[in-house]
Amino acid sequence: MKKEIYTISIYTENNLGLLNRISSIFLKRHINIESLTASSSEIENVTRLIIVASLTEESVKKVIGQIEKQIEVIKAYYHTNEESIYIQSALFKIKSNLLFDERQIQNIIKNSNAQIVTVSPEFFVIEKSGRKEEIEALYDELLPFGIMQFVRSGRISVTKEEMKISELLKKQLN
Amino acid sequence: METLTKAKKKTKKEKAIKINGAEAVVKSLLAEGIDLIYGYPGGAIMPVYDEFYKYQDKLHHVLTRHEQGAIHAAQGYARVSGKVGVAIATSGPGATNLITGMADAQIDSTPVVCITGQVGSNLLGTDAFQETDIVSISTPVTKWNYQITKASEIPEILAKAFYIAKSGRPGPVLIDITKDAQFGELDFEYKKCEKIRSYNPVPKMDKAQVKAAAELINKAKKPFIIFGQGVILANAEEELRELIEKADIPAASTLLGLSALPTEHEFNMGMVGMHGHYAPNVLTNECDVLIAIGMRFDDRVTGNLETYAKQAKVVHFDIDPSEIDKNVKTDVAVLGTVKETLVALNTIINQNINQKWHQEFKDLHQIEYKEIIHPEINPTKEKLTMGEVINAINNETNGEAIIVSDVGQNQMFASRYANFKQSKSVVTSGGLGTMGFSLPASIGAKLGAPSREVVAIIGDGGFQMTIQELGTIMQTKVPVKIVVLNNEFLGMVRQWQEMFFDRRYASTVMTNPEFTAIVEGYGIKAKKVSKRENLSAAVSEMIASKDSFFLEVIVEKEGNVFPMIPTGATVSDIRLK
Repeated sequence: MKKEIYTISIYTENNLGLLNRISSIFLKRHINIESLTASSSEIENVTRLIIVASLTEESVKKVIGQIEKQIEVIKAYYHTNEESIYIQSALFKIKSNLLFDERQIQNIIKNSNAQIVTVSPEFFVIEKSGRKEEIEALYDELLPFGIMQFVRSGRISVTKEEMKISELLKKQLN
Repeated sequence: METLTKAKKKTKKEKAIKINGAEAVVKSLLAEGIDLIYGYPGGAIMPVYDEFYKYQDKLHHVLTRHEQGAIHAAQGYARVSGKVGVAIATSGPGATNLITGMADAQIDSTPVVCITGQVGSNLLGTDAFQETDIVSISTPVTKWNYQITKASEIPEILAKAFYIAKSGRPGPVLIDITKDAQFGELDFEYKKCEKIRSYNPVPKMDKAQVKAAAELINKAKKPFIIFGQGVILANAEEELRELIEKADIPAASTLLGLSALPTEHEFNMGMVGMHGHYAPNVLTNECDVLIAIGMRFDDRVTGNLETYAKQAKVVHFDIDPSEIDKNVKTDVAVLGTVKETLVALNTIINQNINQKWHQEFKDLHQIEYKEIIHPEINPTKEKLTMGEVINAINNETNGEAIIVSDVGQNQMFASRYANFKQSKSVVTSGGLGTMGFSLPASIGAKLGAPSREVVAIIGDGGFQMTIQELGTIMQTKVPVKIVVLNNEFLGMVRQWQEMFFDRRYASTVMTNPEFTAIVEGYGIKAKKVSKRENLSAAVSEMIASKDSFFLEVIVEKEGNVFPMIPTGATVSDIRLK
């Protein structure tokens, strides 16, 4: 079976140690986690984890089964890229003099829909949100000028289909 | 004004019934109906032990000789009683010594609650004396774990621990309690946990799936049932029997499913798997509908998955959704407790007699009987065989005993040759294959089922892994019967070396001490047998003994367990020699 990029969304109780349990499910099966984001969700006191990994559909189903088995996990889903809306964010730190000396940089920033977050006498920081490929393209364009620091966040994503977590929680309590 | 508030606060304090965390641990255990625990004291758990001293008339503590012994005893207790076993240890090495037992309980779905002491919360992360991050270490081998750092958390967390350990697919739970939480005060109130919103222990049965299963089974020409421990955990032995008898289906057990159906039942075809019986293994690849009930298609059961039951429609009854399609693709999956789903199934199942199909099992069994079973229990060789020892125990116990086998050849001979009349008669380390499990587990089994005969069957290797638990037997006077099958080899590994490594016996030869002298040193009656003519009298004496009794049997050095499905081979290619 072919490997594909899957976005795994996990709704959990906010519990110390759960991340450890979940990451060990991947570790045990030698599945590399490409990105991981933890944040609050649309429901109070419910955390949402977004994990991106490349694996076969058969394998992702089994991983979901193991994740849902964990006591504090409310529900886990997996989606393909087509089934989700997703972005990542990146920050680039660049020497300030380049902004004035290299006119082209301003065009690159403008054309890539990036934002300048801050400018100081020594450096400026630009922020770019979008698909991984768009961020990589911007990276490639800026590289010849010298990048002082670069960092990219994990994927955040919402699904096209509806997630009925609140209803599920109500049902399980009754 | 200030004095007034102070005085008010004081009266409030006096009115409230405050106890410390350590006492709350004991009161929580009592509230869960626990009257027996296994453990080993140490610095970080001393406050709780101090409460054990005060509550000794209500809560009996069995002092094992090693923490591993404590958890295996708790497992043995849980397996025969259906109750939650409790093991307790101190921090650091005390806690890490429980890990093997937790891994064992996790893979064999045994309800166990482990309580460990931890250094004070102010010392966490400082590499304090006997500090270890047991919550992280135990994460992959527990169903749930939690570290308590405040006394006030104790009742609620312990209630959760017991609920999680025993509900759904059971498993081990570890609760780590810092020393300051044991000393801290709380207002004690205990409420049993009945629900956790993120946890759905028993998936809802889908009647349409039951119907779909029934349709497949009713139409089947050659149906075959494999049942596992799920039947025992769900108390569904009667329902299983009803299904088998009503629909006339031959059935075989996994290792842990043994005793769910009496050995002598006419449709019980024995055990599947690597050293299981010939007929059920071969016919797994001949049946047209394979009905798996409360089992998980372990690799020791299936052999090569690519060639496992490919011709059959597979119906899988299980409580754990993650087991469905994990190893074997299912045609119909029925989720829920095996009890509930079999009750529903039995109402819509038809009688479906196929004498020819049953005859196939009988014919293959005859081959196995002639080639393997008969010569094993009626040997012509001079040396005793493991099979004839188990047979002698059968004759003496009439199949009524709980057999607690260790791991290796002794385990396979015990599982193949022991007879079982009632459920919960088999305690063994199945999934993890933990050598040294049997001796401490037999202590827990006897305490969990005091009216039953408990016989531990152990090899000379495994016996020496937890031999110190003889001290526990001496101190508690628990009357377990211990049989060591001594071949002066690590027999199973040696068998593989003989078959697959050209008899290069690397580190499998054992130079053993005089076991009876050691056992007698512990004040336990001991006997050694090496001749056939003395076997049955010695077994009689052991079973008749009111006290614990040790019987060492010197068996053939290079005896092999057959049949055998070599690793990765197809089940139907099971070898008779």
